[in-house]
Amino acid sequence: MKHDKIERNLGILLIFTMLAISAGGMVEIIPLFFIKETIEKVDGVRPYTPLEQRGRDIYTREGCYLCHSQMIRPFRDEALRYGHYSLAAESKYDHPFQWGSKRTGPDLARVGGKYSNDWHTQHLIAPRSLVPQSVMPNYPWLAKNDLDYSDITLRLKALRVAGVPYSNSQAEYERNVKDFGEDVAKTLHIPDAEKNLVAQAKLGNYDTDPSNITELDALVAYLQVLGTMVDFKKYDDDYFVKFR
Amino acid sequence: MSQDKTTTTATPKTTGHNWDGIEEYTNPLPTWWIWGFYITFIFTVVYWLFYPAWPIGDKFTKGIPGLHTITYKATTVDGKEVEKTTHWNMRSKFMHEMNEMEGVQKQWFDKVAAMSFEDVSKDAELMQFVNSAGKTLFSDNCAPCHQAGGQGKIGFSPNLTDDHWQFGGTHDEIQQTIVHGRKGFMPAFKEVLNEQQITQLANYVLSLSGEPHDNAFATAGAQLFKSEDAGCYYCHGADAKGNTQMGSANLTDKIWLWADVPAKSTQESKLAEVKRVITGGLDRGVMPAWGGRLKPEQIKLLTVYVHDSLGGGK
Repeated sequence: MKHDKIERNLGILLIFTMLAISAGGMVEIIPLFFIKETIEKVDGVRPYTPLEQRGRDIYTREGCYLCHSQMIRPFRDEALRYGHYSLAAESKYDHPFQWGSKRTGPDLARVGGKYSNDWHTQHLIAPRSLVPQSVMPNYPWLAKNDLDYSDITLRLKALRVAGVPYSNSQAEYERNVKDFGEDVAKTLHIPDAEKNLVAQAKLGNYDTDPSNITELDALVAYLQVLGTMVDFKKYDDDYFVKFR
Repeated sequence: MSQDKTTTTATPKTTGHNWDGIEEYTNPLPTWWIWGFYITFIFTVVYWLFYPAWPIGDKFTKGIPGLHTITYKATTVDGKEVEKTTHWNMRSKFMHEMNEMEGVQKQWFDKVAAMSFEDVSKDAELMQFVNSAGKTLFSDNCAPCHQAGGQGKIGFSPNLTDDHWQFGGTHDEIQQTIVHGRKGFMPAFKEVLNEQQITQLANYVLSLSGEPHDNAFATAGAQLFKSEDAGCYYCHGADAKGNTQMGSANLTDKIWLWADVPAKSTQESKLAEVKRVITGGLDRGVMPAWGGRLKPEQIKLLTVYVHDSLGGGK
């Protein structure tokens, strides 16, 4: 085909341009689906509970990812500040993933357990009351807004379609019992999602106000689980080298 | 470069396209540029020999074996140190870099780990390391709650620079606090005591610190404090000096953590602050456990830093 023709026909030009651009991406991405070592073999990674997942949705809604990444790279300075480098396995149930290296605030991949619920509550409402030099905006409405969890089953169903192993039938539930153990499997069962969400929020009392379930409850529950699923003490400290 | 067609002797070749009178030259690219382009081709081949590159089925090439390797020391689950050599990849390079850094710091950390707390704090040279490494560790991990200089924040976290220690200020007690974390708790008295009794107790608590108070109420409060009705002395002690074993506050040291009495200017507002704590109790003040996050030698160093550098006394 003469390039004359391509250049005079926008439709064809568009298709060929897209093909040319996607070639690079395809060459880099598609093989990763087939290489066995891409996702490390590691215990403990599970999908988020309904409350954590709802907190994650608020995290994306508020645009936390614009300033915070969740990807500790295998660099000395990052390991010293944030902890063990992130594994591909740790974000395998994330939709969308929160990788990145453009940071205004610190990386949050291992923030779980680093601070108390109390700290997160006060820090999200008024960051500068605890960290005077912080440039993070205040998010006071999170503590005031009741958490809307009426559509939690729909949200989990959508993630299930995307490949996250939430269970919607007895057979799927039993598969999860085998894969994650009974305690975790119960929290992944879609028909019980609302009940589980309320139970976790009541028990955890994440925003230090037991009277209601707010968006802050969900967000803190999510932050407190980040990076805590894998117990690195169970592995040699170079175990993950062999996957690269 | 841009040439005016009319002033050049030889007419340059054009692509033959004519877009509304605009033509395009087909001048050759500069030689240095075209060679740079070819060199990138050669570079990719060199890259394949040295680094992980091509996917093949469910595996990938890892460079020519033995051509570009990294040697590093690793610690196994059961604490053994092993040396390994692998093909170059980001994670083995990371292990190597961590080894290098630890090599520089190890002698100091080993000294801290081997010596007793008292000996570390007497060793001036070692304390220089403790001060600089401790400051970094403190800023990364402790400062968000205890603030940059360890001064704490009334209503949130205790001051680490004074001589008062809620859970004990010896080296061992501080280390215990860092490893396992802490939690503040005081029961709410709104169901147990009536309004007047709480006012009496609050006046007594204010009197202990020499704050303005009502004498009659404070005397009654002192009785109540030691009585079975309120039972304050179970935790705070008959002398109200607290108990570091359970982290109950010393009420006589003029240091306030949960009731922000110093910030209030009037007797009524100071009283209201103390009454708020007695009425509602306390179920916060959680300090996370750092045993799983920091290494034992880092915790020991932080302990010395908090005890000896931030100005802890006992």
